[in-house]
Amino acid sequence: MKAMTRPHRVVMIAIGAGIVLWCVFALRWDWLPKYLPLIGQGIWRTLWILAITAALGFFLSIPLGLAQAAGPWYLAAPARVFCTVIRGTPLLLQLWLLYFGLGSLFPQFPWIRESELWPYLRQAWPYAVVALTLSFAGYEGEVMRGAFKSVPRGQLEAAKAMGMPRFTILRRIWLPQAVQRALPTLGGETVLQLKATPLVATITVVDIYAVASRVRQDTFIVYEPLLLLAVVYMAITGVIVLAFRALEGRLPTRVA
Amino acid sequence: MIGALGLDSTLHLLAYSPPGWGANLLRGLGNSVIIALGAFGLGLVIGTLGAYGKLYGGPVTRDLLAVYTTVVRAVPELVLILILYFAVTDVVNQLLVAWGQSRIQISGVAAGIIVLGVVQGAYATEVLRGAILAVPAGQIEAARAMGMPPVLLARRITLPAMLSFAIPGLANLWLVATKDTALLAVVGFGELTQETRQAAGTTKAFFTFFLAAGMLYLSLSLVSGAIFGRIERWARRGQPGHGGGGR
Repeated sequence: MKAMTRPHRVVMIAIGAGIVLWCVFALRWDWLPKYLPLIGQGIWRTLWILAITAALGFFLSIPLGLAQAAGPWYLAAPARVFCTVIRGTPLLLQLWLLYFGLGSLFPQFPWIRESELWPYLRQAWPYAVVALTLSFAGYEGEVMRGAFKSVPRGQLEAAKAMGMPRFTILRRIWLPQAVQRALPTLGGETVLQLKATPLVATITVVDIYAVASRVRQDTFIVYEPLLLLAVVYMAITGVIVLAFRALEGRLPTRVA
Repeated sequence: MIGALGLDSTLHLLAYSPPGWGANLLRGLGNSVIIALGAFGLGLVIGTLGAYGKLYGGPVTRDLLAVYTTVVRAVPELVLILILYFAVTDVVNQLLVAWGQSRIQISGVAAGIIVLGVVQGAYATEVLRGAILAVPAGQIEAARAMGMPPVLLARRITLPAMLSFAIPGLANLWLVATKDTALLAVVGFGELTQETRQAAGTTKAFFTFFLAAGMLYLSLSLVSGAIFGRIERWARRGQPGHGGGGR
């Protein structure tokens, strides 16, 4: 707590508190009670999309990283092309390609319209989930490639010498150590993924960003909904950072 | 497959001259590149000042810069773009009114460069701070011992020596800048993604146009990757063990 009580910090915290108080009392927040249920739903949907896409993307990134780090060329080359394409084009464009592009092609095929999936393909959120998942997998595949490569060879050779089957080596030795090395980057990527979620509002998925946009359209208030958005995203970022710090703290590391 | 995706019947829409929309897409790409260049340059200036402020500034400067980099890196770019776009327009107009001038509409290019530049500046501050820290302290101390003034020291020793450490991070930032220009489509500015959406909406050939725009972005990424590779080799010249020039 000593760092917070140095004189200049006390003054800065006081100024910061003053700005917050001014925002609370001088700006218009009378719309807040009316939209509170919508805001809650929006935050819930944002968190839900973040959790689903980060989890699915992470599982997809393991084979992508493995193929690039140790796979034969006919697996490594497609994985590398996938990562390059995903990382080389804007996510907004990928999202619109899937939703507007593929979405406009699907109705042309009668067998798609008659299939069980059709009720889902007519909604927006499957496209959002797919686009964000592929994007996360593309960025994370590159990280996992480096993480798999950075596990010392001796560990894998020792496991092989003990007669461990290849899948057990991956599950018990290779993957845990790679994930441990990738964990700090994974935390950063998850924050980036959170910051990518408002893009889904452009394809009519009602997340917290879409709720704020609606408030702005309904009430013609410019700054207050945007400030609320910034605060919400900063809070979620803080939670993610703390969660990953706790996760890293649980894993024993040897500092040389 | 090509027929199923509707590519064969819509490919002529990409032609350069008017029935096709190729000229619109290329104009959008040009706008994207201009904004990305401007934002990247502004980000470099802010980043250099910010890195020096974080390393050598007083306690207040350091804390303010810490707030700046933390907030900008925690809030989505889309939200920042909206806040800064309205705030910058508001502040400029209020200043103009205070000076007795009439209100103006800030051009999309200028607003895009300023907004993305402020975002880039936060990331560039961290990249450059790390790179300056990676310069061996003895070199800077030696220059100080020779009585070099700070600006000369920065120009002759610190900045050239840190360049090779900073280039990979800066290359990443440049790619982020090119891709972040797509976000300006949401505020309705006519860069590549927005032009593509207009063309696709008019012709109903969504898949073809978004695929074409994706190719343009991808080639921009690949070309700049190659260019940054050359710059990195040049920045590493004379360093042992990296296969740089001078051999």
